[in-house]
Amino acid sequence: MHKSAATARQMGLITCHDCHLMIPEEQFQGHPHCPRCGAHLHQRKPNSLTRTWALVWTAIILIIPANFLPMTITTTLGAKQGDTIMSGVIYFMQTGSWEIASVIFIASIFVPFCKLLLLIFLLISVQFKSSWRPKDRTALYRLTELVGRWSMVDIYVVTILVALVKLGAVASIEAGPAAVYFAAVVVTTMFAAESFDPRLIWDVIEEKI
Amino acid sequence: MIFHRIQQLLRKPNAATPQPVPLEGSPLASGLALHIGSHTVIACHDCDLLNRLPEGATTTLLCARCGAVLYQYKPNSIDRALALTLAALILFILSNCFPFLAMKSGGFIQETTLLTGIHELWKQELYGLAFLVLLTCVLVPLLQMLGLLYILAPLKLGLRPAVQAARVLRLVQEVAPWGMMEVFMMGILVALVKLGHMATIIPGISVFSFGALIFIMAAAFSNLDPALLWDRLDLRRYA
Ligand SMILES: [Zn+2]
Repeated sequence: MHKSAATARQMGLITCHDCHLMIPEEQFQGHPHCPRCGAHLHQRKPNSLTRTWALVWTAIILIIPANFLPMTITTTLGAKQGDTIMSGVIYFMQTGSWEIASVIFIASIFVPFCKLLLLIFLLISVQFKSSWRPKDRTALYRLTELVGRWSMVDIYVVTILVALVKLGAVASIEAGPAAVYFAAVVVTTMFAAESFDPRLIWDVIEEKI
Repeated sequence: MIFHRIQQLLRKPNAATPQPVPLEGSPLASGLALHIGSHTVIACHDCDLLNRLPEGATTTLLCARCGAVLYQYKPNSIDRALALTLAALILFILSNCFPFLAMKSGGFIQETTLLTGIHELWKQELYGLAFLVLLTCVLVPLLQMLGLLYILAPLKLGLRPAVQAARVLRLVQEVAPWGMMEVFMMGILVALVKLGHMATIIPGISVFSFGALIFIMAAAFSNLDPALLWDRLDLRRYA
């Protein structure tokens, strides 16, 4: 497309990640801090692929207990009942609360799995030096950054339920072990998206030419 | 913040106005100033392409190669962002002082504020979870608001930038993904419907102030012009 176009890296310029100031590489040998905002300077996010893979694998491991252990434990008149994310969704579908069922399903199941799959796809495409639709892959990356936070909905619902429903012996709700695992999934996938550097998508294409 | 970013994703370049063009050759060789006060050449943060921006643009400018937002026209950004941040701070204080939900079941009335919810998680020994909720719904938004006041107030008053203001702005930008008030609001709505089946739920003052707070914060951030701020906070200007 733009054959003669240049990237900052090709011109020997480092762009500060935080304030986007461009600095010639040779000026900052051995003193890699941005003169304007003080951020640590690097040409690309350090060890981006390794870090992102490590965080993605951590999230894959954590997502298993997050889905199979109970998210909430409800005690009604002495009888305890544990609810996983999926059993909660099914319960709301059966009782006709489609809005809640779909919010929880999208936020707690669809978004985390999609986000992990997208990150894995981006990582593999960079590692195989794919030149397939880089613009769309960059847009996919922006999407993963955008949607991850909505997975926290269920954690907040649990927080509110735990705080509200404590009517002594009649009924009470406790947070189950899955809440911790699930929160960990959200946090690790957010860090994973943050550590991936979308400029690698373009770098590997430039290197091939 | 989230609305702002959706808006960015959906925005299409306006064909009638000059758009960024890829820079050919080295910006240093072409004699372009890269440092103080220069917005003419920008490296795309998503694909690293050097874009030459048209002067005095009054639209949103997207990267010529990958479509990332490179520049947004924001008139009176300091005044607007400062006013909105002050409003947000007042709403934030209201939201934390009043209960957001009350539950009536039989003879009991159970009220909860944001902080009692967190305290309840803490009592159940879910320390990590309690801290995460505290961080994402209280500490990060508060830090962002106070940080913006600290940066914007001296600029508005025509003073020199506050001590370490550039570092504060960096911090405000870096913590932004961890402020999740709008997600919490969604959680309140889900809990409202969920509990509606078993008891009478009364939404409190906080639900409304919190709802307003989310929009005001989003507006404050979308009026913020980071490029302008970075330039104004650059102490090398004053040296
Ligand atoms: Zn770009």
